Amino acid sequence: MTGVPDGRPMVFAHGFGCDQHMWRFVAPAFEGAYRVVLFDYVGVGGSDLAAYDVDRYSSLDGYASDVVEVCEALELTDAVFIGHSVSSMIGVLAARRAPERIGALVMVGPSPRYIDDDGYVGGFEPDDIDGLLASLENNYLGWSSQMAPVIMGNPDRPELGAELTESFCRTDPKIQARFARATFLSDNRDDLVEVTVPTLVLQCSDDVIAPEAVGRFVHRQIPQSTFVQLRATGHCPNLSAPQETIDAIEGFLGSL
Amino acid sequence: MPSRVSSGASSEHGPPRTAPQADAAFYQALVEDDPEDLYEHAPCAYLSSLPDGTIVKANATFLSWTGYDRDAFVGRRRFQELLAPGDRIFYETHFAPALRMQGQVREIAVELVTTAGQRLPVLVNAVLERGPDGEPRVVRTVIFDARERRSYEAELVAARRRAEESEARARDLAATLQSSLLPPLAPSIPGLDVAGAYRPSGDGTEVGGDFYDVFETSAETWGIMLGDVCGKGPAAAAMTAVARYTILAAGLRAASPAAVLQTVHEALLQQQRDRFCTAVYMTVQRSSGSEWTATLACAGHERPLRIDADGTVDRIGRYGRILGMVSSQHRSTDVSVVLRPGDRVVLYTDGVTDARRDGELFGSGRLIDLLARTPAAADARQTADAIVDAAVEFQDGRTVDDIAVVVLSVPGAEQLGSAGPG
Repeated sequence: MTGVPDGRPMVFAHGFGCDQHMWRFVAPAFEGAYRVVLFDYVGVGGSDLAAYDVDRYSSLDGYASDVVEVCEALELTDAVFIGHSVSSMIGVLAARRAPERIGALVMVGPSPRYIDDDGYVGGFEPDDIDGLLASLENNYLGWSSQMAPVIMGNPDRPELGAELTESFCRTDPKIQARFARATFLSDNRDDLVEVTVPTLVLQCSDDVIAPEAVGRFVHRQIPQSTFVQLRATGHCPNLSAPQETIDAIEGFLGSL
Repeated sequence: MPSRVSSGASSEHGPPRTAPQADAAFYQALVEDDPEDLYEHAPCAYLSSLPDGTIVKANATFLSWTGYDRDAFVGRRRFQELLAPGDRIFYETHFAPALRMQGQVREIAVELVTTAGQRLPVLVNAVLERGPDGEPRVVRTVIFDARERRSYEAELVAARRRAEESEARARDLAATLQSSLLPPLAPSIPGLDVAGAYRPSGDGTEVGGDFYDVFETSAETWGIMLGDVCGKGPAAAAMTAVARYTILAAGLRAASPAAVLQTVHEALLQQQRDRFCTAVYMTVQRSSGSEWTATLACAGHERPLRIDADGTVDRIGRYGRILGMVSSQHRSTDVSVVLRPGDRVVLYTDGVTDARRDGELFGSGRLIDLLARTPAAADARQTADAIVDAAVEFQDGRTVDDIAVVVLSVPGAEQLGSAGPG
């Protein structure tokens, strides 16, 4: 937690695959005027692995509970929730459960459903998600559970910073696979119409994970939403085009 | 390609190559392996791309592997588009962020999709080069054909999955078997406070040989057994079942604990499994309004401890020989003691006293000290838990033997009202 203690809270939530480091080029820009909150979902990054519960984290609701609990623990009200990728939908669920806590949503590369459906193009087939799970498995051959204590749960030990950077994006493969399933098999299309807070949809160019048509769908479904098309390509403008991302978020916050 | 230098007389059967000829071959090899040729035809694929993945350079090896035409490919396609869809998600969520944050990624396993639609398993290393201004400039990627390795790895992954499933089954089996050897419900004796505790050894994947139970043998009389079959695993569990159920059956027919243990000895010998067992069997019955009589026999087992209301600790019962040893004629003796209000009796297995730390034993001394220190008001549950906790903590949580404890407590005058029915 950084920034101005009595400023409006901004809660930055990472997506599937990485941890709060995803926001390192963006979050500092808001420390001058906001109370900036960064966190890792349980099971990821520097979180306490002992708190991981298989059932809870088998759906996005469990991750939304993490958001609500973070907001409650810090006694945040009217926070701006900035969710990257799947966290956009996690933010939708959290805002519905704790409306007094979350007063605005910023969605970076949102997708309410990744798999194509009758008349809806999400961009993926069910087989593709199996392919992702295989890809995760193939890339965690070297994972050793012995590494877990080093990677996880040492937020109070800065000397482990080097290892943390080295282990960026690495987490227990079973947890990753479960998060992948919860993410890519989710369907939150019906939840969008219930969003009542001001919402910003940030859409990247050439984003294979959240194509433009999907971002426009999100924008259409949420009555009070603003759509901004970024020049940034790929799925992580917070890394590849931090300034453009910051400018878009600032523009949105200024309009509130 | 330059033509080969004629080596004149130095044919296969000719005279040894002279120094000038060797020099010529050396320079020729150098010319043939010029950097450009090495790049184009290296035994691995090279790609250079913009930070957004747009490919700006590719070597001939890459084009021959994938079937792409250089003109239709360079400047027109992005690296992630060459991947299978699942790998594409992995690229966006792991590969690209890690490359951006760490400047490199190593040994990433993905599949390239060829123009013919085939999938080529490869391993990818990439580095991100930054310009003088620190901004990402170009990504250099090297790709290795990994068909053989990946099929081997797929076998490893499948083998690991089978091993994990097998371990889960073993754990489940051990837990089921173990629970069948322990009382299904918390033990209770009307008018007495009684508690049992069991802690498996290690990670709980192996069945231990410790057992205990409390059961009503006849009206107003209860039997309390606690024992330890040597060893661990299924064979020990099978013997434990024999010992436990024999005590249960014999305890319903015979009043004498020594006679019950004799029956167990004979039953174990019939098994011919060359495994022995130590046990304590005790019956309790109310002898007056607030006093109880305990009659017990021990077989190769540490005698139970009694702690009176003042915290004085002594042992009750008499040593008897171990059960189930062919060479040993079993003999044990019944001893009766009176239990007064405030008395506690502790039955335990050697998982408590043989707990080790750096070669040092937990020992009876520590156990007796612990019991003398526990407040007289401590109930059976608290006392049993305190013993297990102390033994586990002594070993820093890495228990090598299982632990079983049963504690009986005779309610003191002030506790009589709250000791339950009876």
